Amino acid sequence: MGDISRRKLITGGLAVAAGASGVAVAARLARRYGLIPPDSRGIYGPGETLTYAAQRLLGGHAMAREFTRKQISEKPFANEVDPLGPEFARLQLGGFADWRLVVDGMAARPTSFSVAEIKSFPVRSQITMIGCEEGWTYIAEWTGVPLSYILDRVGTLPQVRYVVYRSFQPDWWESIDMSDALHPQTLVAHGMNGAKLPVPFGGPLRLRVPRQLGYKSVKYITRLTVTDNLESFGKGVGGANAESGYAWYAGI
Amino acid sequence: MGATSQIVNRPAAAAIAKGASEPKRHAALVRITHWLMTLAFFALLISGCEIVLSHPRFYWGETGNVNMQPWLNLHLPSSRDTVPTGYGYVLPDANGWSRYLHFQAAWVLVAVGLLYVLWGIFYGHFRRNVFPAPADLSVKAIGGSMIEHLRFKRPGAHEAWSYNVLQRLSYLIVIFVLFPLMIWTGLAMSFGFDAAFPLAVRLLGGQQTARSLHFLVTILLVLFLLVHVVMILVAGFTARMRAMITGRVVTCDRSEPKF
Repeated sequence: MGDISRRKLITGGLAVAAGASGVAVAARLARRYGLIPPDSRGIYGPGETLTYAAQRLLGGHAMAREFTRKQISEKPFANEVDPLGPEFARLQLGGFADWRLVVDGMAARPTSFSVAEIKSFPVRSQITMIGCEEGWTYIAEWTGVPLSYILDRVGTLPQVRYVVYRSFQPDWWESIDMSDALHPQTLVAHGMNGAKLPVPFGGPLRLRVPRQLGYKSVKYITRLTVTDNLESFGKGVGGANAESGYAWYAGI
Repeated sequence: MGATSQIVNRPAAAAIAKGASEPKRHAALVRITHWLMTLAFFALLISGCEIVLSHPRFYWGETGNVNMQPWLNLHLPSSRDTVPTGYGYVLPDANGWSRYLHFQAAWVLVAVGLLYVLWGIFYGHFRRNVFPAPADLSVKAIGGSMIEHLRFKRPGAHEAWSYNVLQRLSYLIVIFVLFPLMIWTGLAMSFGFDAAFPLAVRLLGGQQTARSLHFLVTILLVLFLLVHVVMILVAGFTARMRAMITGRVVTCDRSEPKF
């Protein structure tokens, strides 16, 4: 009896030690390859980290599904937004001629673009689905300039890991990693279903991230900031949604 | 009747014959995975219900939203004022923690489920304890077992050591059909997963179909759970709980409450 329990104790101890060092090695590797999301602390951190790491390892370069013209939703649903205020109304009245998209942070040539300049950049159109975390979806054709083109143009530094983007709506901001930022389907969108991007859907400019849920596709973007860490932004969890308790990575 | 051919629990009988320590009704791994699974299932169920409240409508195909006709409208109050419910009030938004909890519990369920299934195959648990004996698959045997169940007849002592044929068939369906369907339809709702494996959602017929099926399979699992719990009450709550917690079976059981 004593022998058996001693043997059990030793094997059990070895298993625990092996498990613990396995987790420690996995954590170091994950940090090195950028597989830890900024909201990895707290009780839901383990699940969130597993999801983010698994999806980045399995589908790092995968393309979001694209659909046929026939599948475009007849009546897309524009989710409600807070009132945009008189300043937005003024800009809208002027046809958004005064709208600026600032690009700053760790870039060689920080600058700002007008909507007209953005529209003069190479155009990409794609028919993708947008899905809300609530469960509803619609399909639309989105037209815009790939975010990677803009990042290239401002000369992002090699150590950059995230793009932080802000909305005209106060305190409304989000961020994505470079896997999504440099992804060919991630657009600074200015058109929808063959027309100008309507205001209820985020016009004049909306960041479209088709591999993630709708709340990462922020409407009315005014500023892109490239950075190597998210700790200095807000509470350090990478976005207004994450600060109000939603997952930073919304690929699920 | 149907279950009588399963009276003998060979490992238990052999263990007793050898004079070894008291045999266990359920292996430690079965007991541990059973309760971890219970925990994960309730976490998924509660958070899942909460998530449904933000859009208590279901559609077929790829797309669905309030501008479209649902095949099922639950007519529940919603946590979003964009859903016309007719209730005149909006529930608090709790999708943040619900979604975090849902996916974390899903990881637990998948990990524990895989451990159980691999162990069950490797150690012959399914072959010995879950797959029905060929003799029990006759219409007569299954019919007999059904009648016993419908009469809420308290199972005999032999069933303290073995599952009856209906139990075996329903466990097989839950383990090898419903839970895999649940995981598949859940993954098919993920945009990142669908980008990497588009066939997962295409084979189902679309994102909203996946969501509808996820909901329907949930109902089947909840029905299973209800029957499971009622059967435990019929068979003797204390004895069955003791067997699933400590693994012990008290043969001359006067402590069981009358049902």
